[in-house]
Amino acid sequence: MTFLLTCKDFLHELNDYLDGACDPELRGKLEKHINECPNCWVICDTSNKTIQVYRGMDPQPIPQEIHDRLMSAIQKKMAHKCGGQAT
Amino acid sequence: MEAAERSIPNDDVALVALARQGDSPAFSQLVTRYDRKIYRLARHITNSDEDAEDVLQETFLKAFEHLDGFQGNSKFYTWLVRIAVNESLMKLRKRKSGRTVSLDEPAENGDEPIVREIAVWDGSPEQQYSSEELRSILDKAIANLKPAFRTVFLLRDVEELSTEETAAALEISVPAVKSRLLRARLELRERLTRIFKKKGDDVFAYL
Ligand SMILES: [Zn+2]
Repeated sequence: MTFLLTCKDFLHELNDYLDGACDPELRGKLEKHINECPNCWVICDTSNKTIQVYRGMDPQPIPQEIHDRLMSAIQKKMAHKCGGQAT
Repeated sequence: MEAAERSIPNDDVALVALARQGDSPAFSQLVTRYDRKIYRLARHITNSDEDAEDVLQETFLKAFEHLDGFQGNSKFYTWLVRIAVNESLMKLRKRKSGRTVSLDEPAENGDEPIVREIAVWDGSPEQQYSSEELRSILDKAIANLKPAFRTVFLLRDVEELSTEETAAALEISVPAVKSRLLRARLELRERLTRIFKKKGDDVFAYL
């Protein structure tokens, strides 16, 4: 008894499929669907690329003055905590 | 990456232990390690440089203050992310005073995800665009998502937290994380495809 996946079924499983989180049986069915359905293949491929392109972005260094202000706020707090009740 | 000072250990667990004993270089090391990631996250959630800087400061100040309360059972970074997300959401709520911006009310209007653009991409965006152009395209696409969706996407796909960690950080259920992630991914895919698709190759596209 093989039931056929519809495109709608496929979309609902897309996340787990992309994350490699579905069991082998379901995975097999999804792969079969992709091979036979060009639309779902494209959706899957471009979704995957979307995730990859975001993952590939390194965080930019933060502007020096923002880093400096952060560090000085922290230093102040540290001095306060370690130096007891400074006013 | 950075020239590590001699006596300062490299892993978070050891650094946190030192920082707890009042070792300020150890805490500074943790700050330097994560400040840009926290800043990026805050900028993406709040869509504001100014708010992002406030969030950045608040996050590390709170972390320092509550270091004793940090349970070693989650990763230090995950803990930081959780603080940063809370601070960012507070900013959003404050800004839209009156209108509640809640992560619990994401008009999950019909759970049918949207798919309109079905077209392959023209090569790889990394090769077609300069990194500045690409960054601005990606930032703009994220900024257009609703906060409830973009926050889930950022935690899962950019910060690479697990589904469970994301659910815990946002105080929402695992199924909610999953359905919002699907929406977010598909909406971003939609927007990016409009930009990255092969021109004149709309054979599959339909309205
Ligand atoms: Zn299909």
